[in-house]
Amino acid sequence: MAVKKSSFDSVAAGPAPSADAPDASRPATASTPAHPSVDALRGRFADAVLHHEVVGGDEHVVFVTPERSLEVLTFLKDDPGQRYDLLRDVTAVDYGGGRPLQVVYQLFSLTFRRALRMKCELPLNALEIDSAFWLWRSANWLEREVFDLFGITFRNHPDLRRILMPEDYAEGHPLRKDFPLRGRFSRAEQTRRALSQELGHYYIQQEIDMGGEPQSLPPSMKELEARPEETAAG
Amino acid sequence: MAQKTVEFTLGRNPEMGVDGRPVMGPLAPIDLPEPDFASENMLLNIGPQHPATHGVLRLVVELDGETIVRCIPHIGYLHSSFEKLGEYRTWNQVVPLTDRMDYLAPLIYNCAYAMSVEKMMGIEVTERCKLTRVIMMELDRIFGHLLWLGTFAMDAGAFTPFLYTFEEREKIYRLHEAYTGARITTSATRVGGMMSDMPEGWARGVRDFCNGLPRTLDECVTLLNANGILLSRTLGIGAISGEDALNFGFTGANLRGSGVAYDVRKDQPYYDYETYDFQIPIGEHGDCYDRYLVRMEEMRQSLLILHQALDRLEKAGGPMDVPDPRISLPSKTDCMSDMESMIHHFKLITEGIHAPPGESYFPVEASKGELGMYVVSDGGNKPVRWRVRPPSFVNLSVLPKLMEGHLLADLIMINASIDIVLGEIDR
Repeated sequence: MAVKKSSFDSVAAGPAPSADAPDASRPATASTPAHPSVDALRGRFADAVLHHEVVGGDEHVVFVTPERSLEVLTFLKDDPGQRYDLLRDVTAVDYGGGRPLQVVYQLFSLTFRRALRMKCELPLNALEIDSAFWLWRSANWLEREVFDLFGITFRNHPDLRRILMPEDYAEGHPLRKDFPLRGRFSRAEQTRRALSQELGHYYIQQEIDMGGEPQSLPPSMKELEARPEETAAG
Repeated sequence: MAQKTVEFTLGRNPEMGVDGRPVMGPLAPIDLPEPDFASENMLLNIGPQHPATHGVLRLVVELDGETIVRCIPHIGYLHSSFEKLGEYRTWNQVVPLTDRMDYLAPLIYNCAYAMSVEKMMGIEVTERCKLTRVIMMELDRIFGHLLWLGTFAMDAGAFTPFLYTFEEREKIYRLHEAYTGARITTSATRVGGMMSDMPEGWARGVRDFCNGLPRTLDECVTLLNANGILLSRTLGIGAISGEDALNFGFTGANLRGSGVAYDVRKDQPYYDYETYDFQIPIGEHGDCYDRYLVRMEEMRQSLLILHQALDRLEKAGGPMDVPDPRISLPSKTDCMSDMESMIHHFKLITEGIHAPPGESYFPVEASKGELGMYVVSDGGNKPVRWRVRPPSFVNLSVLPKLMEGHLLADLIMINASIDIVLGEIDR
């Protein structure tokens, strides 16, 4: 090998799957134990349920087509046999290499003390899925975070804005594998943007509307301000 | 719950209402005619450095007079993208990132991370390691709650409990330091075990702390439980029903304050929590005062667990780490005398652990609520994705709902009562 390799090459390239590793987004499972909710889903949404697997010993994962995710979630929340009343988490996984992004819902049913993980795979050219906000309010900020860090759009989310990164962040979506660890812009450009004094950098449009036009001082105050400063001698 | 009945000492005739709450007379005549001012709503910015916001939280509120019409929280001032950084580190190198999240209860985060990786890899840790982690997690639950108690009381105007609780916290700081060498950034766990066995006499130190804490708690209860100022600032303030709390994703003491008995230690037990004898305190009204009572009782329940775990630890001998050369480092003696061990040591230090492909979501009851560590591996020595389900993040998203229609002064109290830590919200 004549090419001189820098030790930073591997850092810049990011984590890569080893050559002989099987596709980790679909670990092969021989026989999966039954899960009552998955059985119910298979009966009701036969064409929407793609795949069912058990990971980490006892954690059930069900893959659902993204088009019907909202229907499935509604069923899981409202059906008296399911009652998943706590949406623990919404997140996404990017395996890199052009593979689809997975949106992951962690559900828990207090009634039956049962956990279920639902995944929807979104191809990179169609990163859109229905919002779960209208079922669980806890999806509000969690989906905003996924939107911010992965760039997945949640349809019908009432307030889909960036949450952790600044509102006017222009470098992309940091948790995607194609995003370099140090960001896309140079350090100088990043600093310049961070120090910008734009009003929109500090207030969102909603707040600017709320506050109205930046007001000038009332006339009485203007008079006071125009007066020359009183000194101890004068 | 145990602490439900409160004695009311402020009013001239302390009467109890039908709901078991002391009846409070109005502090000022309430039927004064409202002067009719033509007014428009006002925009007020609080933070990001205001001391009562508990970190770099920024709240923009729309006010009608003194009443909050709308509250918009802005977060992200501490964002350092720990999850992205974790993808560039080996499995054990992620541990130091975890305790920088909730720096008020770092050991819970260390333990939760190690537990999730172990679950994904199918490692069963030793009995001694389990007990040590249970002790650490319960110790840090008290650690986090004590800070909350001090700041909560201070936001209500009481300064003394802050000094009392920080004195107790100092004892836990010393226990951290004795075990890990650091007071806050503990990084105590490794995949498959702990950084080391506990030092001589550490368990005795924990026991001494457990014996001393109830006295301090009693003193705080005397100062606060029936304190007129605290009662008038917390009773009925920031109330949320159990159904709403669950739907909005409240977990931990906030959810239990609304009367939903959901605790991961009971509902999805890990580390033999089902064999410990302890109770889950729940509130009824879901207001600031009930959240306060729930946390006070939780500390006492944690003490119960600590005593039981310390008893079991005395009987549990054996090694701390999993005796597997692919996961745990060999001892120094083996390393210097045995070729095999030296190779294992070299591989573990240079490459790190190789986790088989798989994933795991491990929920743990942290001091702020349900903490979930979601790790995904593709067979390499680094995580493909490491996700933290942050309890404070979801709890904070309920804040605008809790604020609706309350006064501006209540904002401080409500914010104090939901117990957030910005390090973990922003990550």
